[in-house]
Amino acid sequence: MTSRLLTHLDELEAESIYIFREVVAEFENPVMLYSIGKDSSVLLHLALKAFFPGKLPFPVLHIDTTWKFKEMIEFRDRRAKELGLNLLVHSNQEGLQKGVTPFTHGSSKYTDIMKTEALKQALSKYGYDAAFGGARRDEEKSRAKERVFSFRDANHRWDPRNQRPELWHLYNGRINKGESIRVFPLSNWTELDVWMYIHREKIPVVPLYFAKPRPIVHRDGMMLMVDDDRLPLKAGEKPELEQVRFRTLGCYPLTGAQKSDAKTLEDVIAEMLESRTSERQGRAIDHDQAGSMEKKKREGYF
Amino acid sequence: MSAIPVHEFIASQERKGLLRFITCGSVDDGKSTLIGRLLHDSQKILEDHMAAVRADSQRWGTTGGEVDLALLVDGLQAEREQGITIDVAYRYFDTDRRKFIIADTPGHEQYTRNMATGASTADLAIVLVDAARGVQVQTRRHSFIVSLLGLRHVIVAVNKMDLVDFDAVRFKEISDEAQAFLRSLGVKNAQVIPVSALRGDNVVTRSDAMPWYKGPPLLEVLETVDVTQDRGEDLRFPVQYVNRPNAEFRGYSGTIVSGKVRVGDPIMALPYRHASTVKSIVTYDGDLEEAGAPLAVTITLADEIDITRGDMLVHPDRAPSVGKQFDAHILWMAEQPLLPGKPYDIKIGNHYVRGTIEQIEYRVDVNDLSRHGAEELKLNEIGVCRVVLNQPVAYDVYDSSRETGSFIVLDRLNHATAGAGMIRRSSAVRTAGHAGNAVVHEHKISRAQRANQKSQRPCILWLTGLSGAGKSTIANALEQELFRRGHHSYLLDGDNVRHGLNRDLDFSDAGRVENIRRIGEVAQLFVDAGLIVVTAFISPFRSDRRLVRDLSAAGDFIEVYVSTPLDVCEERDPKGLYARARRGQIGNFTGISSPYEAPEGAEIELDTSRQSVEECVAAVVRYLEETGRLKS
Repeated sequence: MTSRLLTHLDELEAESIYIFREVVAEFENPVMLYSIGKDSSVLLHLALKAFFPGKLPFPVLHIDTTWKFKEMIEFRDRRAKELGLNLLVHSNQEGLQKGVTPFTHGSSKYTDIMKTEALKQALSKYGYDAAFGGARRDEEKSRAKERVFSFRDANHRWDPRNQRPELWHLYNGRINKGESIRVFPLSNWTELDVWMYIHREKIPVVPLYFAKPRPIVHRDGMMLMVDDDRLPLKAGEKPELEQVRFRTLGCYPLTGAQKSDAKTLEDVIAEMLESRTSERQGRAIDHDQAGSMEKKKREGYF
Repeated sequence: MSAIPVHEFIASQERKGLLRFITCGSVDDGKSTLIGRLLHDSQKILEDHMAAVRADSQRWGTTGGEVDLALLVDGLQAEREQGITIDVAYRYFDTDRRKFIIADTPGHEQYTRNMATGASTADLAIVLVDAARGVQVQTRRHSFIVSLLGLRHVIVAVNKMDLVDFDAVRFKEISDEAQAFLRSLGVKNAQVIPVSALRGDNVVTRSDAMPWYKGPPLLEVLETVDVTQDRGEDLRFPVQYVNRPNAEFRGYSGTIVSGKVRVGDPIMALPYRHASTVKSIVTYDGDLEEAGAPLAVTITLADEIDITRGDMLVHPDRAPSVGKQFDAHILWMAEQPLLPGKPYDIKIGNHYVRGTIEQIEYRVDVNDLSRHGAEELKLNEIGVCRVVLNQPVAYDVYDSSRETGSFIVLDRLNHATAGAGMIRRSSAVRTAGHAGNAVVHEHKISRAQRANQKSQRPCILWLTGLSGAGKSTIANALEQELFRRGHHSYLLDGDNVRHGLNRDLDFSDAGRVENIRRIGEVAQLFVDAGLIVVTAFISPFRSDRRLVRDLSAAGDFIEVYVSTPLDVCEERDPKGLYARARRGQIGNFTGISSPYEAPEGAEIELDTSRQSVEECVAAVVRYLEETGRLKS
């Protein structure tokens, strides 16, 4: 194989690999957050590339709210086995015991307890000093200002007014005990880049991204998939099979499906070409209140 | 389905290049509006984002309820509330030809730091000029930072042309002035474009309102500017990570910063000049025969040589500088000022090195480019500095390689990124003196450097008072407290002075005056060495203390009057001296047979008959802190 003309995807790939290697060289105990979605799939693929022919030199952590789509969990366990990953799964046991669900506590409080709190518990429990995440700056306005190496204090908090300047590719990995860094190797990727890269590299993704008849109820302007019998149906709601797919994946009661006939990767890309809405629109948690993502991030959300 | 078949779209995506650019200008110049316009007109605003902007325009907008495109760009909630942006935000859009990454930096006091951050990874800068106001001080400031950060491509966007009736003459005036100024900074290829971001003239499409402008619209320049020549051609491969998955494989992982590497190439590892040849270039997708910047690869070598993270692989005939000293532009980004002589951590290449800024040659005023002497660099100030590291590193000058010619300066306590440096030249070359007119520098360490290294401003704490007043007790306790806090001090008292330096002196008035003079001189030397000097002598005469005060730089002499009354001192009489003086066995005894002239206007007064030793020490430390003598 000889060198070929470099494209924007090559440049993005090289930059992400560089970021992975910086962290592993500088930190004692890094971990990769794995949310099973397409961004996580790309993140994992890049990490494998960065350390080839070595194995992944850090564990992979999934924060399981216990409300993920069944197909996500199946995919997670299959990939972990195929790739020989050191997969850790953490759920907020206290939250589970108290019976916190998206229905009983509202999406905002539920997310805070079962995602943000659970994440903080896991990071503290294992003493990770660096955590990779798949967030991209193009996803949401407050993310646009996030550093690649994003400093967190001992309480996992982000202070958007006091971020370390980040110049060239000289990432500052120095921290005091108890402090940590969240690292975002996909900072400069867009949704389209992610899909183009999945296509180019033939990266496996959860089948929920592709259209198929699925049991759907319509609620508050969202199409929810009835993934199991835990979803309390309201009066008059009756799941019906509709041809849908998901643009992002999360907890099934909080993730809206969209009508689609895109059954292949090419179809998905073609659909995106015509699409005029952004991917996070299907997520209830971003719309709770003005600046809601920024608020969550300050509190320690990824 | 879309207008073009999806496989063609995918193919075009896979051929697309990447351009990173920065926009420079203040809120008033319409910077956010220009970015919003680029995003909007290139059809990259998504419907739900646009709906949010419409809603936000009603609430926060500055365009009287019209859709305010600037709101697409202003990110954080706090900023929306203040109507300003406070940091660097990154924006993404793409056309059929290129993907673009915009670094958007705000326009107020943190501007220099934020703009430099955005510019550090950019290929191109758009400098906005308000057509009505013309080239302003801030235009010069932006242009200077752009040139300092080494951007090779500059577009001057003369905005708000609608406010000057699209006047060609006005445009030419501004264009000529901006071009001349940029040329003086060494920016050769500036392109000037008349635009109206608000209306969209010459942003994405050519404007009908300015038929006299024959050049391309802004987006066309962004899509076509050639940045492939910007990286150097010499191989620079900083080793980032040593990959040793098993005993058989030892590879050096890193990103090719510039140039190309081929299997079989002779290679040298810097700074220690170990030589070998390239055995293989390993990637996940298979081994390569050849690889070039900016690919991330893993290189194996034919020989087992000792290479670690931070070393640099280069071709032996095209090696960079190696050394411990260089001159650099430093932009300071922390509240605590840069102090010459203070130890910092410096990240250069892929490793952290201890170092100091030995000297600030001058500070550059970013507004008019004038040069000024400086003892420190404050937040957002830029200076030319001599940097000295404690171990050799391989580096290039910034003008020839941004990635290997830059470094960051870290505060050693809180690890904040405090400064950004761009190497101008190796200072070893200059001191070697083989360049004909080279200046050999005097390596004299200044008083300020010594003091900064010790995190204190040196001074003399001159304790005066009667025998038995508590001077030595306070002085000793004070020294211990300063030592405990990590400061550097030295105590001069009768015990260590009278028996050596001054043992030839008697207790006559003349002997006592000379005694004090010598102590004053010695104290001065210790102050020059950066120490806090504590003296404990009766020193009864005003004129003697005045003499020492006059020897000292303003503020360095701190008179501490230990005013414990005579009756208390005499009652304590720790050495039985008062008793002997009363009996006439000691002549010229201060307070009994010789006068004590109490200070007038001592900086600190302590009375051990009313204050404990701890309270006295605390009072002195408080004074030192309040006058900025002790730095944390």
